[in-house]
Amino acid sequence: MKGFILSLQSEFYKSRKTLGFWAAIVLPLLIVLLLFFGLLTHADDAAKTPGMILWLEYVGIVSGIMGTLLLPFFVIFVAYSVNNIEHKADTWKTLFTLPISKWSVYAAKYLYAVFLIFLCLFLFYALLIGSGNLLGLLKSQLHFGDYSVLTYLGQVYIKLFLGSLGILSIQFLLSLVWNDFLKPMGIGFLGLIITLIAFKVKWEYVYLIPYAQPSLTLSNLMKNTHTIKGKGIAMPTLSVDILTREVYVSLAFAVVIFVAGFFIVQRKSVK
Amino acid sequence: MVINTEGLSFTFGNQQVVKSVSLRVPAGSIYGFLGPNGAGKTTTIKLLLNLLRPESGSIHIFDQELQGNREAILAQTGSLIEQPAIYAHLSGRENLKNRALLLQVPASRVEEMLTLVQLKDAADKKAGRYSLGMKQRLGIALALLGDPKLLILDEPTNGLDPNGIIEIRELLMKLVREHGKTVFISSHLLAEINKMATHVGIIHHGKMMFQGSIDELEALSKPLIEIELAGKTHEAGELLAAAGHAVAASKKEKLFVEYQSKEQMGQINALLNQKGFTVYSIIKVQKDLEELFLAITQNT
Repeated sequence: MKGFILSLQSEFYKSRKTLGFWAAIVLPLLIVLLLFFGLLTHADDAAKTPGMILWLEYVGIVSGIMGTLLLPFFVIFVAYSVNNIEHKADTWKTLFTLPISKWSVYAAKYLYAVFLIFLCLFLFYALLIGSGNLLGLLKSQLHFGDYSVLTYLGQVYIKLFLGSLGILSIQFLLSLVWNDFLKPMGIGFLGLIITLIAFKVKWEYVYLIPYAQPSLTLSNLMKNTHTIKGKGIAMPTLSVDILTREVYVSLAFAVVIFVAGFFIVQRKSVK
Repeated sequence: MVINTEGLSFTFGNQQVVKSVSLRVPAGSIYGFLGPNGAGKTTTIKLLLNLLRPESGSIHIFDQELQGNREAILAQTGSLIEQPAIYAHLSGRENLKNRALLLQVPASRVEEMLTLVQLKDAADKKAGRYSLGMKQRLGIALALLGDPKLLILDEPTNGLDPNGIIEIRELLMKLVREHGKTVFISSHLLAEINKMATHVGIIHHGKMMFQGSIDELEALSKPLIEIELAGKTHEAGELLAAAGHAVAASKKEKLFVEYQSKEQMGQINALLNQKGFTVYSIIKVQKDLEELFLAITQNT
């Protein structure tokens, strides 16, 4: 356990000056900033939109590309970057000659990749909520203050996070085994294209493709969303079922490939 | 014995690169592990560090079996394999700090190491901008950081200038002399480690060709008398052998006899003259270690 914590600390220490780490912070910052200024300068266009719809439109812009494109590519990139730092420095041999179990080294690296994805999604969530409320304050014609998506959006992002872990396990293993960007990237890209085709032909087992999980999370959102109307409340409360079939599939993929990955790593000769 | 292997073998694909190697590295020694490029040195070192799993044979380090005591053994071992493994985006100091964190070594040790390998001035420069020699020195600092009892160094003087080589040599000798460490160092140049090694192992095509102390290696290099004749070398050899001289080799116009004394050389000269052989020259020759090393690795 001690070795695991030390390894995790080391992952933070050595990656804090890399693009892999900063991408998790800069990406949400940049995108939300664009959205923010977009709406700030065109506030009058949305003046008549009621609070709930305004919020859903505002966060929906990010969510739309998030599921199909942004999140899968970010996961592919994170999986690559946490492993590439060792490939590039030729440090696998040093990591595996530390007086720390190979399992700890492997698990700490994986968990760090999970953390980076969590960080990125959390920042998206926090910045969207924060910027929306700020817009409401700056422009009185925007009715952000009339409604809160705090819980709803939180549930959506937790679901996205869980849905991305299946892809992460696969990409993590590919990036660990291959000292290459194109191979894991190519396979990830192929996975996404297969997903798009599967969606187009409405394949009934599309939920079994790990690369489809983030998209499914969002496309099935309405199905899994309950609107709870209370007496005397003008707008309904939205609530999302987090643990749905696609999330279970993603978690199953994540666990199985993570464990299998360790045995592959252990048998792999360190070059 | 600090390192003791028995019948160590390893195969890459269908090529056996380490063939039944039995290493004996005594405590407090500087063991020079020699062999030409591609002889199986790095593979053997990777086996010793549990980076590769042996196909057969056993490895004991500090009298403990490696596989079952991996972490305990690695805690007392520092290593540098091939090119030093350095994060180019971190400074030299940060590289050491990162390793200090993993080894739970106090930060003061980082400064000590920087001083030791003379990187104090360049400590905050990105390691990616270091020269090859500086990288190598940082690699050695990283290997020494945990104050290990055993140092395993794979060609640590690669890319160093003659001064750098001398510095590393003196550092290693001091570590052994004053701190009782054991050093296992590989090289493809005998001359490079001949001045510091106490023990030598020579590997070629994955096989151990020689193992012993440096004195034992030198003893192999017996002085010879080289006799240049006008002809009839073979008959001259038979004559000398009959007179009780040990003939080592006989070439076209040259005869080699094991050297014993100056008087013996005089006797040989007189005997050959008496029997009508024309002697052009008669001199004492000695194979230096480098030639011996070449002879050992080329005769296979």
